Amino acid sequence: MATKSKTQIIPIGPYHPLQEEPEFFKLHVEGEKVVKLEIELGYNHRGIEKLAEGLTYDQIPFLVERICGICSSSHPFASVNAMEDIADVDVPLRAKYIRTFIGELERIHSHLLWLGLAGHFLGYNTVWMWAWKQREPVLDLFELITGNRNHYAMFKPGGVRRDVADEDIPTAMRLLESLEKPVMMFTKIALQDPVLQARLKNVGVLTKEDCVELGALGPTSRASGVPWDVRHDHPYAAYGMVDWDVIVTQNGDVFDKAVVRLLETFESVKICVQCLEKLREVKDGIDAELKEIPPGEGVGHHEAPRGEVFHYARSDGTNRPIRYKVRAPSFMNVPTNHRAVVGYTVSDATITLAAIDPCYCCTERMLVVDANSGKQVMGWKDLLRLSQEKTHRLMEKYNSRMDRIWT
Amino acid sequence: MSLKIKALTKSIWVFHMAASPCNNCDIEILDLLTPRFDIERFGIQLVGSIRHADAVLVTGSINRKVRKRLKRVLAQAAQPCFVIALGNCSCSMEMFGTSYNDNKPLDEITDVHAYIAGCPPKPEAMIQGVVALIQAQLAALKK
Repeated sequence: MATKSKTQIIPIGPYHPLQEEPEFFKLHVEGEKVVKLEIELGYNHRGIEKLAEGLTYDQIPFLVERICGICSSSHPFASVNAMEDIADVDVPLRAKYIRTFIGELERIHSHLLWLGLAGHFLGYNTVWMWAWKQREPVLDLFELITGNRNHYAMFKPGGVRRDVADEDIPTAMRLLESLEKPVMMFTKIALQDPVLQARLKNVGVLTKEDCVELGALGPTSRASGVPWDVRHDHPYAAYGMVDWDVIVTQNGDVFDKAVVRLLETFESVKICVQCLEKLREVKDGIDAELKEIPPGEGVGHHEAPRGEVFHYARSDGTNRPIRYKVRAPSFMNVPTNHRAVVGYTVSDATITLAAIDPCYCCTERMLVVDANSGKQVMGWKDLLRLSQEKTHRLMEKYNSRMDRIWT
Repeated sequence: MSLKIKALTKSIWVFHMAASPCNNCDIEILDLLTPRFDIERFGIQLVGSIRHADAVLVTGSINRKVRKRLKRVLAQAAQPCFVIALGNCSCSMEMFGTSYNDNKPLDEITDVHAYIAGCPPKPEAMIQGVVALIQAQLAALKK
């Protein structure tokens, strides 16, 4: 090997024991130090934006819910916000509180899930097992209120699908109270445990300037001292009516990202409890009975556990959108890895890549590139053509099956 | 082969393969390992390599990019290896059937030994699915 460059490549993925999603990283290393990172996505691409154009407004929350299983209330939340933006309707107060409650409950489950996975990535499986054990009551609460552990199907344009029964509120309160003790324990562990300190402090530092330049969102930016939070900056649902704080820390390393998430969990518990108390009093229905979406365009935001989710819908007055656009927070957060991973050792790369709490299912984009010329092959029209071809193929298949049935 | 299958039913090592899922089934699989369900008490364990696996859990509706990789991973499995379609997506593509990215259900790509439906299936349902698979294999051996 008589090459001059000492750079070597370590491939991670697409099917790697540590990752639960398929994604591909190429770490260029010199010795132990990472000098360059390449990220390849597209393993999860399902064409959700295009599929959304074929569905009615009532069906779209079910589709966008399945963009990601971990933020499965964030996407419908932003989606119904976008639709209500077009229709300009006012949602009943009770529905707003239920939405906020579900959104915050999800943040608790997602942050505990991240904490567990972070422990798993560090090889500290005790943290993983403990965090996920404490996450189970949250999933029980979801099952009690929505009927499913994940994919809650609570959101609909103009309101929510299910009401929170009065007799469920004491149980929910009890479960939320039981959460505070373990979360406090995790916070103390994170703040005091020498193993976590050694592995996380001053690792994967992302400066404030980097965050602003790359547009990082959510806990990733708030750990670097950028206080961006849609819930606070542009209140929607009941976020303007409850008492809570935006958690901001300054160092920008993985340790601070963990601290931000843990402290946010307390804030979420606080919001949930306030919402439940309000739900005892406010009884003005859960549905604004939105019948029609007029022509126009609308934008919806929601602060997902990972950052701001953005949905855009354009309507021409029919029952389906003519354009639907989704931007998930990981789409903005994944590029920060280029700054946070480079310059540190390979052993820190896994935890730094995981520290932004990436969700590749949300992020996937598709671009077909000709390997020889390096040019983009498929544009919007090509995708449209592919879609039509597939429809024809399916029609032929099902028609032939129909023929078999009828003859 | 029959002896191998009999030995295999004692303690199943599972490889998890995410083929364009929404993460939900994947998280529920990991949930199985954590204290409430703790499937390690049955000897079921997640392994890092397909070469150690006795069963593969495939989640998600398999898209164009993943399909090639899926076939390659499955070809590396030591036989006998059971393929389990986990979740509605890999059973029947759920809402992604009409996607331009050419999504296909798992049984159009490879032989499937068990289907566990649900979006996502509850952890109890996953355990029951694996138990049903074991019982079916043992019953087939007795014949």
